[in-house]
Amino acid sequence: MLTGLGETAKPLAGGQTLIPILKLRMDEPSDLVDIARLPDLHYMDDNDGVIRIGALATHGRIGKSDISKVVPILGDCANGIADAQVRSMGTIGGSVSAADPSCDWPALLHVLNAEIICQGEKGRRAVPIREFIQDSYTTALIGAELVTEIRFKTPPANSGGAYIGFKKAAPAYPAASAGIQLSLAEGSVCQDVSLVLGAAGPRPVTSVEAENYLRGKTLTADRLEQAAEILLDASDPPADSRGSSEFKRAMLKSIFLKAAFRAIERAGGERIEGGPEYV
Amino acid sequence: MSDEAQTVSIEITINGSRYQREVEPRLLLVEFIREEVGLTGTHIGCDTSYCGACTVILDGEPIKSCTLFAVQADGGEVITVEGLEQNDELHPIQQAFSQHHGLQCGFCTPGMLMSSLALLAENPTPSEKEIRKQLGGNLCRCTGYQNIIKAVQDAAKTMQEG
Repeated sequence: MLTGLGETAKPLAGGQTLIPILKLRMDEPSDLVDIARLPDLHYMDDNDGVIRIGALATHGRIGKSDISKVVPILGDCANGIADAQVRSMGTIGGSVSAADPSCDWPALLHVLNAEIICQGEKGRRAVPIREFIQDSYTTALIGAELVTEIRFKTPPANSGGAYIGFKKAAPAYPAASAGIQLSLAEGSVCQDVSLVLGAAGPRPVTSVEAENYLRGKTLTADRLEQAAEILLDASDPPADSRGSSEFKRAMLKSIFLKAAFRAIERAGGERIEGGPEYV
Repeated sequence: MSDEAQTVSIEITINGSRYQREVEPRLLLVEFIREEVGLTGTHIGCDTSYCGACTVILDGEPIKSCTLFAVQADGGEVITVEGLEQNDELHPIQQAFSQHHGLQCGFCTPGMLMSSLALLAENPTPSEKEIRKQLGGNLCRCTGYQNIIKAVQDAAKTMQEG
Protein backbone atom coordinates (compact mmCIF):
# COMPACT_ATOMS: atom_id res chain seq x y z
CA MET A 1 0.00 0.00 0.00
CA LEU A 2 2.83 2.38 0.88
CA THR A 3 4.50 1.57 -2.42
CA GLY A 4 1.27 2.33 -4.28
CA LEU A 5 0.87 5.71 -2.60
CA GLY A 6 4.38 6.76 -3.54
CA GLU A 7 7.13 8.53 -1.66
CA THR A 8 4.94 11.27 -0.23
CA ALA A 9 3.09 8.73 1.94
CA LYS A 10 4.35 7.90 5.42
CA PRO A 11 3.83 5.00 7.80
CA LEU A 12 2.31 5.91 11.19
CA ALA A 13 3.24 3.67 14.13
CA GLY A 14 2.72 5.14 17.61
CA GLY A 15 2.76 8.68 16.24
CA GLN A 16 4.61 10.18 19.20
CA THR A 17 7.29 11.69 16.97
CA LEU A 18 5.33 12.00 13.73
CA ILE A 19 2.14 13.67 15.02
CA PRO A 20 4.04 16.54 16.74
CA ILE A 21 6.06 16.95 13.51
CA LEU A 22 2.82 17.20 11.51
CA LYS A 23 1.39 19.73 13.96
CA LEU A 24 4.51 21.85 13.53
CA ARG A 25 4.06 21.55 9.74
CA MET A 26 7.62 20.27 9.53
CA ASP A 27 6.49 17.54 7.16
CA GLU A 28 3.50 17.28 4.85
CA PRO A 29 2.93 13.66 3.86
CA SER A 30 0.13 13.18 1.34
CA ASP A 31 -1.11 10.07 3.12
CA LEU A 32 -0.53 8.30 6.42
CA VAL A 33 -0.74 4.53 6.61
CA ASP A 34 -1.50 3.27 10.11
CA ILE A 35 0.80 0.28 10.63
CA ALA A 36 0.20 -0.06 14.36
CA ARG A 37 -2.26 -2.90 13.87
CA LEU A 38 0.09 -5.04 11.82
CA PRO A 39 0.09 -8.37 13.64
CA ASP A 40 3.14 -10.05 15.14
CA LEU A 41 5.43 -7.04 15.43
CA HIS A 42 5.06 -6.52 19.19
CA TYR A 43 7.25 -9.40 20.35
CA MET A 44 10.36 -9.43 22.51
CA ASP A 45 12.44 -12.56 22.91
CA ASP A 46 15.86 -13.64 24.06
CA ASN A 47 16.89 -16.95 22.46
CA ASP A 48 20.23 -18.52 21.55
CA GLY A 49 22.16 -15.42 22.55
CA VAL A 50 20.13 -13.02 20.41
CA ILE A 51 17.53 -10.52 21.61
CA ARG A 52 14.86 -9.70 19.04
CA ILE A 53 12.36 -6.88 19.50
CA GLY A 54 9.44 -6.37 17.12
CA ALA A 55 9.33 -2.86 15.66
CA LEU A 56 5.92 -2.11 17.18
CA ALA A 57 6.94 -2.93 20.76
CA THR A 58 6.26 0.22 22.78
CA HIS A 59 8.80 1.91 25.02
CA GLY A 60 6.50 1.14 27.95
CA ARG A 61 6.31 -2.59 27.22
CA ILE A 62 10.05 -2.84 26.63
CA GLY A 63 10.79 -0.96 29.86
CA LYS A 64 8.60 -3.30 31.90
CA SER A 65 9.79 -6.48 30.15
CA ASP A 66 11.95 -9.29 31.49
CA ILE A 67 14.50 -8.43 28.81
CA SER A 68 15.08 -5.06 30.50
CA LYS A 69 15.85 -6.94 33.72
CA VAL A 70 18.46 -9.03 31.91
CA VAL A 71 19.87 -6.05 30.01
CA PRO A 72 19.42 -3.06 32.36
CA ILE A 73 20.63 -0.51 29.81
CA LEU A 74 17.45 -1.24 27.84
CA GLY A 75 15.34 -0.30 30.86
CA ASP A 76 17.43 2.85 31.45
CA CYS A 77 16.52 3.93 27.93
CA ALA A 78 12.94 2.68 27.55
CA ASN A 79 11.73 3.85 30.99
CA GLY A 80 13.42 7.23 30.55
CA ILE A 81 11.85 8.15 27.22
CA ALA A 82 9.51 11.10 27.68
CA ASP A 83 6.68 10.22 30.07
CA ALA A 84 4.33 7.33 30.80
CA GLN A 85 1.77 8.52 28.26
CA VAL A 86 4.26 8.77 25.41
CA ARG A 87 5.76 5.41 26.41
CA SER A 88 2.29 3.83 26.09
CA MET A 89 2.14 4.69 22.39
CA GLY A 90 5.67 5.28 21.08
CA THR A 91 7.41 2.34 19.43
CA ILE A 92 11.06 1.35 19.10
CA GLY A 93 10.70 0.94 15.34
CA GLY A 94 9.17 4.39 14.98
CA SER A 95 11.89 5.99 17.05
CA VAL A 96 14.65 4.35 15.03
CA SER A 97 12.98 5.25 11.73
CA ALA A 98 12.48 8.89 12.76
CA ALA A 99 16.24 9.20 13.40
CA ASP A 100 15.75 12.36 15.41
CA PRO A 101 19.24 13.23 16.72
CA SER A 102 17.77 13.66 20.20
CA CYS A 103 15.84 10.37 20.22
CA ASP A 104 17.13 7.86 22.73
CA TRP A 105 16.78 4.56 20.85
CA PRO A 106 19.14 5.34 17.94
CA ALA A 107 21.90 6.24 20.41
CA LEU A 108 21.21 3.31 22.72
CA LEU A 109 21.20 0.80 19.86
CA HIS A 110 24.68 1.98 18.84
CA VAL A 111 25.89 0.81 22.24
CA LEU A 112 24.39 -2.63 21.65
CA ASN A 113 25.61 -2.75 18.03
CA ALA A 114 22.10 -3.66 16.98
CA GLU A 115 20.96 -4.71 13.55
CA ILE A 116 17.86 -3.13 12.05
CA ILE A 117 15.74 -5.51 10.01
CA CYS A 118 14.16 -3.67 7.10
CA GLN A 119 11.46 -5.23 5.00
CA GLY A 120 10.20 -4.06 1.64
CA GLU A 121 8.80 -5.43 -1.55
CA LYS A 122 12.12 -6.98 -2.44
CA GLY A 123 12.48 -8.84 0.85
CA ARG A 124 14.29 -8.46 4.14
CA ARG A 125 17.73 -7.12 4.89
CA ALA A 126 19.68 -6.51 8.09
CA VAL A 127 21.42 -3.15 8.39
CA PRO A 128 23.88 -2.44 11.23
CA ILE A 129 22.63 0.55 13.26
CA ARG A 130 25.87 2.41 12.56
CA GLU A 131 24.96 2.32 8.85
CA PHE A 132 21.21 2.62 9.33
CA ILE A 133 21.29 6.09 10.89
CA GLN A 134 22.88 8.17 8.16
CA ASP A 135 22.21 11.73 9.25
CA SER A 136 19.65 13.68 11.28
CA TYR A 137 16.20 12.40 10.27
CA THR A 138 17.84 10.28 7.57
CA THR A 139 18.01 6.49 7.53
CA ALA A 140 19.01 3.73 5.14
CA LEU A 141 15.36 2.85 4.51
CA ILE A 142 14.62 2.76 0.79
CA GLY A 143 11.22 3.61 -0.66
CA ALA A 144 8.40 1.90 1.18
CA GLU A 145 10.66 -0.29 3.33
CA LEU A 146 9.64 -0.62 6.97
CA VAL A 147 11.67 -1.48 10.04
CA THR A 148 10.22 -4.76 11.30
CA GLU A 149 12.69 -5.87 13.96
CA ILE A 150 15.60 -4.74 16.07
CA ARG A 151 18.07 -7.42 17.11
CA PHE A 152 21.33 -7.57 19.01
CA LYS A 153 23.51 -10.08 20.80
CA THR A 154 22.52 -10.77 24.41
CA PRO A 155 25.36 -9.23 26.45
CA PRO A 156 27.44 -11.85 28.33
CA ALA A 157 27.08 -12.41 32.08
CA ASN A 158 30.21 -10.36 32.92
CA SER A 159 28.83 -7.41 30.98
CA GLY A 160 27.11 -4.31 32.32
CA GLY A 161 25.77 -1.20 30.75
CA ALA A 162 24.09 2.09 31.56
CA TYR A 163 22.41 4.86 29.60
CA ILE A 164 21.66 8.33 30.93
CA GLY A 165 19.59 10.98 29.23
CA PHE A 166 19.95 14.49 30.68
CA LYS A 167 16.82 16.57 30.34
CA LYS A 168 14.91 19.46 31.83
CA ALA A 169 11.65 17.57 32.43
CA ALA A 170 10.16 14.17 31.70
CA PRO A 171 8.32 15.07 28.46
CA ALA A 172 11.35 16.87 27.02
CA TYR A 173 13.88 15.37 24.65
CA PRO A 174 17.28 14.96 26.29
CA ALA A 175 19.72 17.86 25.95
CA ALA A 176 22.46 15.24 25.99
CA SER A 177 22.75 11.52 26.54
CA ALA A 178 25.48 8.94 27.03
CA GLY A 179 25.60 5.16 27.00
CA ILE A 180 28.19 2.50 27.64
CA GLN A 181 28.17 -1.29 27.68
CA LEU A 182 31.29 -3.12 28.84
CA SER A 183 32.44 -6.55 29.90
CA LEU A 184 34.96 -6.96 32.68
CA ALA A 185 37.57 -9.61 33.41
CA GLU A 186 39.33 -10.05 36.77
CA GLY A 187 40.69 -6.86 38.31
CA SER A 188 38.44 -4.42 36.44
CA VAL A 189 40.15 -5.19 33.14
CA CYS A 190 37.94 -4.16 30.27
CA GLN A 191 37.42 -7.05 27.82
CA ASP A 192 35.07 -5.27 25.51
CA VAL A 193 33.36 -1.90 25.43
CA SER A 194 30.97 0.11 23.32
CA LEU A 195 30.30 3.84 23.80
CA VAL A 196 27.91 6.44 22.51
CA LEU A 197 26.91 10.06 22.97
CA GLY A 198 23.42 11.13 21.92
CA ALA A 199 22.03 14.56 20.98
CA ALA A 200 25.68 15.46 20.41
CA GLY A 201 25.63 15.86 16.64
CA PRO A 202 23.48 14.99 13.63
CA ARG A 203 23.82 11.28 14.40
CA PRO A 204 24.88 9.29 17.47
CA VAL A 205 28.57 9.80 18.25
CA THR A 206 30.84 6.79 18.59
CA SER A 207 34.62 6.52 18.67
CA VAL A 208 36.60 3.38 17.87
CA GLU A 209 39.67 5.21 19.19
CA ALA A 210 38.03 5.78 22.58
CA GLU A 211 36.85 2.16 22.70
CA ASN A 212 40.35 0.87 21.83
CA TYR A 213 41.79 3.13 24.51
CA LEU A 214 39.75 1.24 27.13
CA ARG A 215 39.83 -2.30 25.73
CA GLY A 216 42.27 -4.62 27.53
CA LYS A 217 43.04 -2.00 30.17
CA THR A 218 42.20 -1.61 33.85
CA LEU A 219 39.36 0.86 34.12
CA THR A 220 40.47 3.66 36.40
CA ALA A 221 38.74 7.01 36.77
CA ASP A 222 41.63 8.68 34.91
CA ARG A 223 41.42 6.29 31.98
CA LEU A 224 37.65 6.72 31.70
CA GLU A 225 38.06 10.47 31.76
CA GLN A 226 40.60 10.28 28.94
CA ALA A 227 38.23 8.09 26.93
CA ALA A 228 35.47 10.64 27.54
CA GLU A 229 37.72 13.38 26.11
CA ILE A 230 38.44 11.32 22.97
CA LEU A 231 34.73 10.62 22.53
CA LEU A 232 33.87 14.29 23.09
CA ASP A 233 36.37 15.29 20.40
CA ALA A 234 34.23 13.36 17.93
CA SER A 235 31.06 15.14 19.04
CA ASP A 236 29.51 18.37 17.83
CA PRO A 237 26.63 19.23 20.15
CA PRO A 238 24.55 22.01 18.60
CA ALA A 239 23.74 25.16 20.59
CA ASP A 240 19.96 25.40 20.90
CA SER A 241 17.18 26.04 23.37
CA ARG A 242 18.44 23.11 25.47
CA GLY A 243 21.82 24.75 26.05
CA SER A 244 25.06 26.05 24.55
CA SER A 245 27.58 23.68 22.98
CA GLU A 246 29.91 24.28 25.91
CA PHE A 247 27.23 23.44 28.47
CA LYS A 248 26.29 20.32 26.55
CA ARG A 249 29.91 19.16 26.39
CA ALA A 250 30.22 19.53 30.14
CA MET A 251 27.00 17.59 30.64
CA LEU A 252 28.00 14.90 28.14
CA LYS A 253 31.23 14.31 30.01
CA SER A 254 29.53 14.23 33.38
CA ILE A 255 26.78 11.79 32.38
CA PHE A 256 29.19 9.63 30.38
CA LEU A 257 31.37 9.14 33.47
CA LYS A 258 28.35 8.52 35.65
CA ALA A 259 27.08 5.92 33.17
CA ALA A 260 30.52 4.30 33.01
CA PHE A 261 30.74 3.84 36.79
CA ARG A 262 27.18 2.51 36.84
CA ALA A 263 28.03 0.07 34.03
CA ILE A 264 31.10 -1.17 35.94
CA GLU A 265 29.00 -1.82 39.04
CA ARG A 266 26.40 -3.65 36.99
CA ALA A 267 29.08 -5.72 35.25
CA GLY A 268 30.12 -6.76 38.74
CA GLY A 269 26.61 -8.08 39.38
CA GLU A 270 25.15 -5.10 41.25
CA ARG A 271 21.48 -4.44 40.65
CA ILE A 272 21.31 -0.69 40.65
CA GLU A 273 18.62 1.60 39.42
CA GLY A 274 19.33 3.78 36.42
CA GLY A 275 17.59 6.21 34.14
CA PRO A 276 17.55 9.86 33.21
CA GLU A 277 18.92 12.81 35.15
CA TYR A 278 17.07 16.08 35.40
CA VAL A 279 18.30 19.66 35.40
CA MET B 1 -6.97 10.46 -2.84
CA SER B 2 -5.16 12.97 -0.67
CA ASP B 3 -7.12 16.07 -1.65
CA GLU B 4 -10.58 14.64 -1.17
CA ALA B 5 -12.36 15.48 2.07
CA GLN B 6 -12.95 11.89 3.06
CA THR B 7 -14.37 10.55 6.27
CA VAL B 8 -13.94 7.26 8.03
CA SER B 9 -16.46 5.43 10.16
CA ILE B 10 -15.08 4.64 13.58
CA GLU B 11 -16.46 3.37 16.86
CA ILE B 12 -14.89 4.14 20.20
CA THR B 13 -16.19 3.12 23.60
CA ILE B 14 -15.92 5.96 26.10
CA ASN B 15 -16.74 5.38 29.75
CA GLY B 16 -18.73 2.29 28.78
CA SER B 17 -20.85 3.91 26.04
CA ARG B 18 -20.23 3.25 22.35
CA TYR B 19 -19.88 6.22 20.02
CA GLN B 20 -19.95 5.59 16.29
CA ARG B 21 -19.08 8.61 14.15
CA GLU B 22 -17.95 9.55 10.66
CA VAL B 23 -14.75 11.52 11.12
CA GLU B 24 -11.94 13.00 9.11
CA PRO B 25 -8.80 10.91 9.50
CA ARG B 26 -6.95 13.98 10.77
CA LEU B 27 -9.30 14.43 13.75
CA LEU B 28 -7.43 14.05 17.03
CA LEU B 29 -8.79 11.76 19.73
CA VAL B 30 -9.12 14.73 22.11
CA GLU B 31 -11.26 16.52 19.50
CA PHE B 32 -13.39 13.39 19.08
CA ILE B 33 -13.94 13.24 22.84
CA ARG B 34 -14.68 16.95 23.29
CA GLU B 35 -16.40 17.93 20.08
CA GLU B 36 -17.97 14.80 18.64
CA VAL B 37 -19.03 13.25 21.95
CA GLY B 38 -19.28 16.42 24.01
CA LEU B 39 -17.26 15.28 26.99
CA THR B 40 -15.34 18.44 27.77
CA GLY B 41 -13.67 17.29 30.98
CA THR B 42 -10.61 16.27 28.96
CA HIS B 43 -8.63 19.45 28.39
CA ILE B 44 -6.40 20.60 25.57
CA GLY B 45 -3.43 22.28 27.21
CA CYS B 46 -0.27 22.65 25.18
CA ASP B 47 -1.38 20.65 22.13
CA THR B 48 2.28 19.65 21.72
CA SER B 49 2.40 16.40 23.71
CA TYR B 50 4.04 18.10 26.65
CA CYS B 51 1.62 19.07 29.41
CA GLY B 52 -0.56 15.98 29.87
CA ALA B 53 -3.84 17.87 30.44
CA CYS B 54 -5.43 15.72 27.71
CA THR B 55 -4.45 12.39 29.32
CA VAL B 56 -7.07 9.64 29.04
CA ILE B 57 -6.87 5.89 29.45
CA LEU B 58 -6.94 3.92 26.17
CA ASP B 59 -7.18 0.15 26.50
CA GLY B 60 -5.75 0.30 30.01
CA GLU B 61 -2.85 2.62 29.32
CA PRO B 62 -2.51 6.37 29.86
CA ILE B 63 -2.05 8.31 26.62
CA LYS B 64 -2.04 11.93 25.48
CA SER B 65 -5.23 12.28 23.46
CA CYS B 66 -3.85 15.34 21.64
CA THR B 67 -1.15 13.15 20.11
CA LEU B 68 -3.33 10.41 18.69
CA PHE B 69 -5.71 10.44 15.76
CA ALA B 70 -9.20 9.27 16.64
CA VAL B 71 -8.92 6.63 13.89
CA GLN B 72 -5.98 5.10 15.78
CA ALA B 73 -8.34 4.47 18.70
CA ASP B 74 -11.02 2.84 16.51
CA GLY B 75 -12.42 -0.17 18.36
CA GLY B 76 -10.71 0.89 21.56
CA GLU B 77 -11.97 1.56 25.07
CA VAL B 78 -11.37 5.00 26.52
CA ILE B 79 -11.86 6.22 30.07
CA THR B 80 -12.04 9.97 30.59
CA VAL B 81 -12.32 11.99 33.77
CA GLU B 82 -16.13 11.78 33.47
CA GLY B 83 -15.78 8.02 33.90
CA LEU B 84 -14.29 8.28 37.39
CA GLU B 85 -17.43 9.20 39.34
CA GLN B 86 -19.74 6.23 39.98
CA ASN B 87 -23.34 6.52 41.24
CA ASP B 88 -22.88 10.18 42.22
CA GLU B 89 -19.85 9.24 44.34
CA LEU B 90 -16.49 10.80 43.59
CA HIS B 91 -13.73 8.32 42.88
CA PRO B 92 -11.27 7.98 45.81
CA ILE B 93 -8.65 9.77 43.69
CA GLN B 94 -11.03 12.70 43.14
CA GLN B 95 -11.89 12.80 46.84
CA ALA B 96 -8.22 12.81 47.78
CA PHE B 97 -7.42 15.65 45.35
CA SER B 98 -10.27 17.62 46.90
CA GLN B 99 -9.25 16.92 50.49
CA HIS B 100 -5.55 17.63 49.98
CA HIS B 101 -5.98 20.72 47.79
CA GLY B 102 -4.37 18.84 44.91
CA LEU B 103 -5.67 21.47 42.53
CA GLN B 104 -5.96 25.20 42.27
CA CYS B 105 -7.15 26.39 38.87
CA GLY B 106 -8.06 22.81 37.94
CA PHE B 107 -6.94 22.92 34.33
CA CYS B 108 -4.38 20.13 34.64
CA THR B 109 -6.50 18.12 37.05
CA PRO B 110 -8.32 15.79 34.61
CA GLY B 111 -4.95 14.67 33.26
CA MET B 112 -3.50 14.34 36.75
CA LEU B 113 -6.43 12.19 37.82
CA MET B 114 -6.18 9.90 34.80
CA SER B 115 -2.42 9.45 35.16
CA SER B 116 -2.94 8.71 38.85
CA LEU B 117 -5.63 6.17 37.98
CA ALA B 118 -3.24 4.40 35.58
CA LEU B 119 -0.50 4.40 38.20
CA LEU B 120 -2.65 2.97 40.97
CA ALA B 121 -4.09 0.29 38.66
CA GLU B 122 -0.60 -0.94 37.92
CA ASN B 123 1.04 -0.22 41.26
CA PRO B 124 -1.44 0.06 44.17
CA THR B 125 1.26 1.02 46.71
CA PRO B 126 3.59 3.42 44.91
CA SER B 127 6.46 5.17 46.65
CA GLU B 128 6.66 8.95 46.49
CA LYS B 129 9.38 8.59 43.87
CA GLU B 130 7.20 6.32 41.74
CA ILE B 131 4.32 8.80 41.95
CA ARG B 132 6.60 11.63 40.85
CA LYS B 133 7.92 9.55 37.97
CA GLN B 134 4.45 8.53 36.78
CA LEU B 135 3.19 12.11 36.94
CA GLY B 136 6.28 13.46 35.15
CA GLY B 137 4.22 13.87 32.01
CA ASN B 138 1.61 16.04 33.72
CA LEU B 139 2.44 19.66 34.30
CA CYS B 140 0.73 21.86 36.88
CA ARG B 141 1.50 25.57 37.00
CA CYS B 142 -0.31 26.26 40.29
CA THR B 143 0.21 23.78 43.07
CA GLY B 144 3.92 23.08 43.21
CA TYR B 145 2.96 19.39 43.09
CA GLN B 146 3.32 18.67 46.84
CA ASN B 147 -0.40 18.42 47.43
CA ILE B 148 -0.90 16.37 44.30
CA ILE B 149 1.62 13.83 45.59
CA LYS B 150 -0.10 13.80 48.98
CA ALA B 151 -3.46 13.27 47.30
CA VAL B 152 -2.21 10.29 45.30
CA GLN B 153 -0.62 8.78 48.41
CA ASP B 154 -3.87 9.17 50.31
CA ALA B 155 -5.95 7.79 47.43
CA ALA B 156 -3.66 4.75 47.28
CA LYS B 157 -4.26 4.17 50.98
CA THR B 158 -8.03 4.55 50.68
CA MET B 159 -8.20 2.24 47.69
CA GLN B 160 -6.09 -0.38 49.51
CA GLU B 161 -8.43 -0.26 52.50
CA GLY B 162 -11.54 -0.04 50.34
